[in-house]
Amino acid sequence: MSHSEAMNSYSIVAEGLTKRFGGAHALDGFDLTVREGTLCGLLGPNGAGKTTAVRILATLLRADGGRATVAGLDVAAQPAKVRQVIGLASQEPAVDEILTGRENLVLWGRLYHLDAKRAARRADELLEQFGLTEAAGKRIKHYSGGMRRRLDLAATFIQAPRVLFLDEPTTGLDPRNRNEVWQAVRALVTDGSTVLLTTQYLDEADQLADQIAVLREGRVIADDTPDRLKSSIGGDRLDLVLRDQRDLQEAGDVLAAFGPPVADPDARRLTAPVADRMHALGQVMRELEAKGIEVEDVALRRPTLDEVFLKVTA
Amino acid sequence: MTHVLSDGWVIARAHLLHWVRNPAAILSGLLYPIVMVLLFGYVFGSAMAVAGAGENYREYLMPGMFGQTMAVGITTTLIVVTTQASRGVTDRYRSMPVSQTGVVLGRAIADMAGSTLELTILIACGMAVGWSWHNGPLNALAAMGLLLLLRFSLIWVGIFAGLKLTPEAASASWMIMLPLTMVANTFVSPAQMPGWMGALAEWNPLSATVAACRQLFGNPGFAGESWAAQHAVLLAVAWPVAITLVFLPLSARAYRRLSR
Repeated sequence: MSHSEAMNSYSIVAEGLTKRFGGAHALDGFDLTVREGTLCGLLGPNGAGKTTAVRILATLLRADGGRATVAGLDVAAQPAKVRQVIGLASQEPAVDEILTGRENLVLWGRLYHLDAKRAARRADELLEQFGLTEAAGKRIKHYSGGMRRRLDLAATFIQAPRVLFLDEPTTGLDPRNRNEVWQAVRALVTDGSTVLLTTQYLDEADQLADQIAVLREGRVIADDTPDRLKSSIGGDRLDLVLRDQRDLQEAGDVLAAFGPPVADPDARRLTAPVADRMHALGQVMRELEAKGIEVEDVALRRPTLDEVFLKVTA
Repeated sequence: MTHVLSDGWVIARAHLLHWVRNPAAILSGLLYPIVMVLLFGYVFGSAMAVAGAGENYREYLMPGMFGQTMAVGITTTLIVVTTQASRGVTDRYRSMPVSQTGVVLGRAIADMAGSTLELTILIACGMAVGWSWHNGPLNALAAMGLLLLLRFSLIWVGIFAGLKLTPEAASASWMIMLPLTMVANTFVSPAQMPGWMGALAEWNPLSATVAACRQLFGNPGFAGESWAAQHAVLLAVAWPVAITLVFLPLSARAYRRLSR
């Protein structure tokens, strides 16, 4: 693919980014392309380089090697232009404790060079959108963690950024607050923004992402749609819950004919990948019955992202 | 470039709003020099014979207090800079189309406004304990200008160090600043210190500002044998200019190096 093509259809293009801190490689050949108007979830264990990647793409850090464009602009050569079209929410809400919620948003709006009137109007719109209208006049030091996070996110929405970077936007939020953040992010993607979101919550990536990139030791080791990633680790999963823990070994031998079983002794559960679902289900049940092994529950299901994650990062 | 002034003003105003909201912070900052004036003016001062201080120790003391307050003001800069860096505020500024010069300008405006207010209140406090200037208002204004010039030069030291330190270290910096402001002519004459320490005190940039202020205010105790003491006004300009020339580029470089 030529670069001009990439600029038209991709909002984020990273090619072979490297970054060292001291002797350690934080990024070691990081490649990623994210299509315009989609949300990419960046997953990876702690220390895999997620935050470093985001900071390079958001012009906060310079890469040692490789190149990257955001909205078609080179992050190293045109950082000032990149800053015009991006929004960034870091892990810590960057809000001013002593100002009120509304004053914070007006302040950031003014720094995006809106005039006083427009900054005030935009602040009110965002307070409404993020469910903070009632708390608008309260100082941030009286806000809960979830409210701070929503206000911080609201600040990144001031300009309806073309590309939004969210570094663990829902860490520490309760489910209701998390849902509100998700809705706001979805609305932004619907309006045409591109979002790169790092998260430790696989269900968050599953809920929001059109594309998931899994990072390990500074490289992308898996990159696809959530559905295809799940299929990539081999078809469906057969879950068995046995009545008696002592049967685990024998039942495991039966399942091993289809795929390597994983046992969870405390839950008396066995899980194995199966290729031909109905055939496998019938045969496993017949053999267990013949051996006199009692089954409490049985289920066929698609792999979860957790299983993808554990498999590819192992 | 067009946004330097407007961004600087927006940021300065947010800082200034902090004081309006949190006057306790400014009051506690002021309480320290006022307590020191009372302690040194009445408790220690009455038992001390300071060479060249004349009859009224408080006439000698006040310019020292003004100078010390300006010097210790660096901790305000330090704490704000480190706190903003650790809370992600600095990162947000850097990811926005904000003029980076404007961010620093806003910081400088807020710090200078704060120190001007502190100095004004401290001067009133000095007058209440019997201090005053004797060489007319123009010389007095020149002295205040020198005090604020010292404070201005220390903004850049504060930004440079603030980008390298944690907020915890910045809070502890006060403990280093205090002795640095005392090995000077602030409270006693360097002539009475051990030789090596006296030399250090003579050449302390703070001493130059304080001696120049005593001279301009017409307070006792500015004269001395050393070259430094005899050229106090010259040094009171030269030191801050030199500090600014060194630390302004250094702080700009430290800021750029955040992206390393």
